[in-house]
Amino acid sequence: MNLPDAENLFEALVTQLRSRVTPDTGIVGIVTGGAWLAERLHRALGVKTPLGVLDPSFYRDDFSKAGLHHQVKPSQIPFEVQGQGILLVDDVLFTGRTVRGAMNELFDYGRPARIDLAVLVDRGGRELPIAAQYVGAALQVPRGKVLVLDRAPSGALSLTVSDQRRERKAAS
Amino acid sequence: MSRNPQLNEKGALQHLLTIEGLPREILIHILDTAASFINVTEREVKKVPLLRGKSVFNLFFEASTRTRTTFEIAAKRLSADVINLNIATSSQTKGETLLDTVDNLSAMHADMFVVRHATSGAPHLIAQHVGSNAHVINAGDGRHAHPTQGLLDSYTIRHYKRDFTRLAVAIVGDVLHSRVARSLIHALTTLGVPDVRVVGPKTLLPTGVEQLGVRVFHDMGVGIRDCDVIVMLRVQNERMKGALLPSEQEFFKSFGLSPERLALAKPDAIVMHPGPMNRGVEIDSAVADGSQAVILSQVTFGIAVRMAVMSILAGN
Repeated sequence: MNLPDAENLFEALVTQLRSRVTPDTGIVGIVTGGAWLAERLHRALGVKTPLGVLDPSFYRDDFSKAGLHHQVKPSQIPFEVQGQGILLVDDVLFTGRTVRGAMNELFDYGRPARIDLAVLVDRGGRELPIAAQYVGAALQVPRGKVLVLDRAPSGALSLTVSDQRRERKAAS
Repeated sequence: MSRNPQLNEKGALQHLLTIEGLPREILIHILDTAASFINVTEREVKKVPLLRGKSVFNLFFEASTRTRTTFEIAAKRLSADVINLNIATSSQTKGETLLDTVDNLSAMHADMFVVRHATSGAPHLIAQHVGSNAHVINAGDGRHAHPTQGLLDSYTIRHYKRDFTRLAVAIVGDVLHSRVARSLIHALTTLGVPDVRVVGPKTLLPTGVEQLGVRVFHDMGVGIRDCDVIVMLRVQNERMKGALLPSEQEFFKSFGLSPERLALAKPDAIVMHPGPMNRGVEIDSAVADGSQAVILSQVTFGIAVRMAVMSILAGN
């Protein structure tokens, strides 16, 4: 299938966010793709609050089925969440379960004033009442396919679609 | 060859009974996962919902405060329900067998057993008995193993020294009776520490300990020279009564860690101790409270390491 250029979608996202994000916004990226995007947005939008990273693996609702197989990255929120306006960033929005986990984790740091969601791609298929306020592009991807964001050593972002779940770095 | 009884048919960790024979990747996975839990324990809400709805039974057939408490905190931070059983005051004193006790707890839908027992192999027996219906963590069995202690010691060493492959680590004292020493030796050799030393009087070192890949020293001044890490073991009071040791004073003179002795190790060497410490027997107070001691960090890291072990087991 034809996939849009991820760098163009990123620019589209920056344009949408420019008037909405202030230097005080707390940007939080969801690993791995969302964290790459958050890093770029943080720079492009001149945000002063230090960048946050979330790995919501400890909050997943499929833990009892899937376990903790891939390498969990430490979540790091280097600012006060209490009362903060937060922009949550992920690469692909699909079922909404990851975002649900990420929001639960954020609330364990404090009570944010508000949370907005920015995603590079909204592929539909929601299983929870979750919506993104900022979307690079909406894309129809068949249910069995996996859409992932990749980052080249140069830092360039690209989208790929595959049949199977990408082999996660299994340690056990 | 039968498979490692700790692993399930997919090669994933089902029980944690001993570090011996575990592949390096599993140890690294536990240490890395523990690093993620350190951040959790520094937050406003120090809990994650991973083990929500699971029941963890602490089965302590032998006294312990630190280990039992840190296992309890770890399970609670994972949102599990924790049931502490002090077996010394329970049905076992009325004659119930170990496996009958376990069967009864299984009937109460236990998901995980944390077991400490004075007899080596007791957690292994329980693990065989419960099979894949539950997970068993060895919290110390006889002289055999104390795997989570070996892991938290490894975590502490990695935290302060970063790279295992350039280190000299000396384990000092009563290695013979120490499950802590055995687990740590297996962990360090698996993780690639090139120079692991055991230091102690002949009477307190197991015969053939060299076969575990360690160097043996009977002179502490030589044994800890230029070490990056010194692990002091507890001298168990009950050993003093036998023929193995002359007296506490005598032991301290030969194998106690004084500031003068510590100066023989590298200037940035760290001092570890699994606790509880006998000040003035194996370690001088000036060292125990000194800037090189990381003994209390071990306790803090122990919670994160136990959270990592529990969450990895529960997910397998």
